[in-house]
Amino acid sequence: MTVTALPTDAIRAMVRRMSGDEKHAPSSYSTLDVLWVLYDRVLRIDPRKPDEPDRDRFLLSKGHGPAAYYAVLAAKGFFPPDWLDDMGGWDSPLGNHPDRLRVPGVEIGTGSLGHGLGIGVGVAHGLRAQGYADSRVFVLLGDAELDEGSNHEAIAYAAAVRLPLTAIVIDNQSATHGWPGGIAARFPGWIISVIDGRNHEQIEYALAKRHHDRPNLVVATVEPKRG
Amino acid sequence: MMRETFVDTTTALLAEDPRTALVLADISADAFEPARRRHPDRVLNVGIREQLMTGVAGGLALTGMRPFVHSYASFVVDRAYEQIKLDLGHQDAGAVLVSIGASYDGAASGYTHQSPGDVELLDTLEGWTVHVPGHHDEVPPLLRAAARHDDRVYVRLGLQENTRAYPDSARLRLIKRGGPLVVAVGPMLDPVLEATRDLDVTVAYTNTPRPLDAEGLRALAETEVVLVEPYLAGTSARQVAEALAGRPHRVLHLGVGREEVRRYGSWEDHARAHGLDAAGLRTPIKEFLW
Repeated sequence: MTVTALPTDAIRAMVRRMSGDEKHAPSSYSTLDVLWVLYDRVLRIDPRKPDEPDRDRFLLSKGHGPAAYYAVLAAKGFFPPDWLDDMGGWDSPLGNHPDRLRVPGVEIGTGSLGHGLGIGVGVAHGLRAQGYADSRVFVLLGDAELDEGSNHEAIAYAAAVRLPLTAIVIDNQSATHGWPGGIAARFPGWIISVIDGRNHEQIEYALAKRHHDRPNLVVATVEPKRG
Repeated sequence: MMRETFVDTTTALLAEDPRTALVLADISADAFEPARRRHPDRVLNVGIREQLMTGVAGGLALTGMRPFVHSYASFVVDRAYEQIKLDLGHQDAGAVLVSIGASYDGAASGYTHQSPGDVELLDTLEGWTVHVPGHHDEVPPLLRAAARHDDRVYVRLGLQENTRAYPDSARLRLIKRGGPLVVAVGPMLDPVLEATRDLDVTVAYTNTPRPLDAEGLRALAETEVVLVEPYLAGTSARQVAEALAGRPHRVLHLGVGREEVRRYGSWEDHARAHGLDAAGLRTPIKEFLW
């Protein structure tokens, strides 16, 4: 697989079913490779039993632009691909921001930014308190989402208590004021890797690696957002 | 006394039920230190981070635990309102929010530590049960009942207490039978009884204003109703109107005013300033009913 390849043509076609055309599809793609590798190679979640208590948890904090998320969930069998055709419609369970009560496999409902990491900290604590030592927690954020102060409450706390969870920041340079010094500098005390967000081998290597005594951050860099 | 009772009861619940968790934002952390040492995975102090405190509670609930969340009302409700709305409500996750400070217990601390609007804020959201105990002995059964299910519960603790506990007061409880109905919520009962001592009124009490006991209200109310609440005046106006819809009625809503007092002092001073002491209640009740 080349470093720029999308997961499969089938997934691209699925995203187009929601975004409508080639012109708008790329805006849905910033998360696509990370999501595909997560669901294809890393997460221990059975779509036939999406509520197993010891499953890994993936929390999409960046609820904006969930087309890639829906496409991957559909491709993995969490719901029928037919659902993709009417995203945002009255009769569709798929909204422009995901609702966990409507979509199998969606762990949290998001849209307002800055909520997923705090909830993820609670999920990680809850799993640990119940003895699910092998269950992992992944939270995906956008670089612009880091502007929300609530994230920084969670970032500092997770480092202080050495909570093992994985945050993934998709960096397409969309934060209005940028991140002078780099995104990684905002995560003191975390184990950090910066990868090519289109390179599946790098993504898998960074996400499959377990860190038992500290939170880890994976900054997945993709092409800058336009417009 | 309510705060101490909350600490004792929650400490016991943590020992009895492995599903129980407690999330703090520094407030009362010292009091819960023995519990934290015994249950370090379930007693979590996130520091002065109330948004995170509520988000963590949502995450704990999503894994099947029963989180208790605690701070001053101004921080647990006002500051973290969007986390209450989204990290709990929108996720269909439950928690037990337990506040101290009430409307003006933090009188000497000023308006930053006061929350007269907490119940009204929660009224904008779906599915919240609200308990406002009037005596510390009412607190343990409310907390124990809340620990047994997964719904969203708010327990509002305060310094002001009635002289007598009525632990079984989820519905309207008849305290004194007479003429027009005066409903007292939580710690408003003693001032209401004193204010109406020689007046021909019926007095009913509840420590659970949400859901408001509409059936009880319809059974006890005649044409006039006075509702006395220890938070913003009129907070229950919609609930009373819905309960009495279809029958002619007049209602007087007494509670905390919306204007900032901008004075310090004690909770008793602020109760007087808002007309919620016995003398302050008596005049508007008499003028409304006679």
